[in-house]
Amino acid sequence: MSDILTPTEDALAEAPPPTRGGGAVRYVLMKVGGGLISLALVVVLGFLLFRVLPGDVIQTMFRGRPATPEAMAELRTQLGLDKPLFQQFLDYVWRLLHGDLGESYVYRVPVLQKIGERLWPTLLLVGVATTIAVALGLWLGTRSAWQRGSRFDRVSTGVALALWSTPTFWLGMLLLGATSGLFPTAGLVNSDTPPDFFSQAVDIAHHMVLPTITLVAVIYAQYQLVMRSSLLEEMGADYLTTARAKGLRDDLVRRRHAVPNALLPTVTLVFLHLGFVIAGAVTVETVFSWPGLGLLTYDALRIRDLPLLQGTFVVLAGAVIFMNVLADLLYRVLDPRVRAS
Amino acid sequence: MTSPSPRALAWRRRGSAFAAGWRQFASQRAGLIGLGLLVLIVLLAILAPVLTDREGLDVTKATGGRMEPPSGEFLLGTDRPGRSVLLLTLWGARMSLTVGFVSTLLSIAIGTIIGILAAHYGRWVSAALMRVTDFFLVLPSLVLAIALSTVLERGVGTIILAIGLTSWPQAARLVRAQVLTIEARPYIERSKALGGGHLHVNTKHVLPAVLPLVFVNTTLAVGSAIVAESTLSFLGLGDPDPTRPSWGTMLRSAWLDSAVIAGAWWYLLPPGIAIGIVVLAFTMCGRALESVLNPRLREG
Repeated sequence: MSDILTPTEDALAEAPPPTRGGGAVRYVLMKVGGGLISLALVVVLGFLLFRVLPGDVIQTMFRGRPATPEAMAELRTQLGLDKPLFQQFLDYVWRLLHGDLGESYVYRVPVLQKIGERLWPTLLLVGVATTIAVALGLWLGTRSAWQRGSRFDRVSTGVALALWSTPTFWLGMLLLGATSGLFPTAGLVNSDTPPDFFSQAVDIAHHMVLPTITLVAVIYAQYQLVMRSSLLEEMGADYLTTARAKGLRDDLVRRRHAVPNALLPTVTLVFLHLGFVIAGAVTVETVFSWPGLGLLTYDALRIRDLPLLQGTFVVLAGAVIFMNVLADLLYRVLDPRVRAS
Repeated sequence: MTSPSPRALAWRRRGSAFAAGWRQFASQRAGLIGLGLLVLIVLLAILAPVLTDREGLDVTKATGGRMEPPSGEFLLGTDRPGRSVLLLTLWGARMSLTVGFVSTLLSIAIGTIIGILAAHYGRWVSAALMRVTDFFLVLPSLVLAIALSTVLERGVGTIILAIGLTSWPQAARLVRAQVLTIEARPYIERSKALGGGHLHVNTKHVLPAVLPLVFVNTTLAVGSAIVAESTLSFLGLGDPDPTRPSWGTMLRSAWLDSAVIAGAWWYLLPPGIAIGIVVLAFTMCGRALESVLNPRLREG
């Protein structure tokens, strides 16, 4: 749970990968290659977790339910568990390459289809929440660093730390209790909403309010703290004195000179901590019954649908790794220092 | 009179360094408040069997009504089977703190070993280890922890394992960076020149030098581990035994018992506030410790 770990400013020091020598092509190849290795590791881990670890898969799936030996044997054959382990691994990789993640044990549909259905609500929730959290975090972080030690700084940093210390799902439950009746408590849309686009959109937005607030509250803190410390490091820099000496107004010095430089580490962090956002999404979706991948993960673990759980694991982990490679590439475009070296 | 032995000198030096560190720590109010809170909570958790009766946790012997609001008899009301929420929160502290500490120790141990190995040994070991570390660093660890706890036997041990095995990468990176700077120092070269092997250099010189950093990292990580425990327990992966509550399992039963809809705030607030206070206390302590070690972080 490294992402739930400290809102580290330490991760920052490591974040921008210093590249010496080699051109753009080499940089891109290295990053993409690294991403591919990570993806391969995810695939192997997905297999190891669900097939090799102690504990019989079949018994796990039947836990708490009566099972005849015949039913267990049938499921074993159906999942291909009667073959040698290496053969199983090859089969698994082969099917994965063809976009086949197996069939959900409970829903009786292909896992990938189920994940496809649930992808959009999660993208919507995570996308909106991350955007708001980044904007809020950057704004608060910039302001509190610029007015270091002021009341605004103390209060907003304190609030951020406190919110960061609270479990996501608890915050969600509190919000549910505090606003009882104002917002829908579960789902994406009401079933009786007219099917036209506008009414649907309004209803979805209405359902989204509480989950979004919860997710934003938990994730904005680290953007704020990192932006604050990153800007504080820039504060003493000579070029700011030069800018002031030129006669620039204070907010221009901040906007044009200090903030762009302080922004870089924060941008990397947005991507580096996507795993943390996903963790938040799992619990938020569970509390608000938001029909996305997080709720699907929770359902899969509740009913011990291992093929489904394996599928969500591979897809979520793969998505995060993909985004990180993207971040590395973006970083090169954003930071001239990385490009020049 | 003979001069003191090198060992005694070393200990005297450590003693004075510790005293100086403590003075620096004590000069920070937030750190002191955090430490005070932690001492109080740990004491309460340790003394729970002395202060209270374990019988009260037994669902069959519960004396209160169903989700009763706070009263003179039950200061924080009761849960659904009629047990005192105050008692549950007190006993929950034992479980949550234990999981927090043990899983952090596990993760820090893994992180320290990998960090030292990655920095000490040559390019290939280092490259491979850091590749794996980076992989685990970006992996959505809650999802990994969920997968781990699902395939393993349900219970505290599994939760500890799941948190420990997923939260070590940051410690590994920190330790590696620190070891790299330490290994560049002359005394390590001297030790190697005198014939110190890998094991000797690492355990006698490198490890003691990174320990303070590891200690700070532990303090900061326990809070996160406690939040992680509550999340996994909330998702239903915690200890199923109702007489061994943690703050996470309490929140799960509050949720399953629809405490939110019933307006039973006394059931919902105490475990959550307890988690918040403990995590905040660890964070305040950790930040104060960090600034003791890193003068650049000091204010003013």
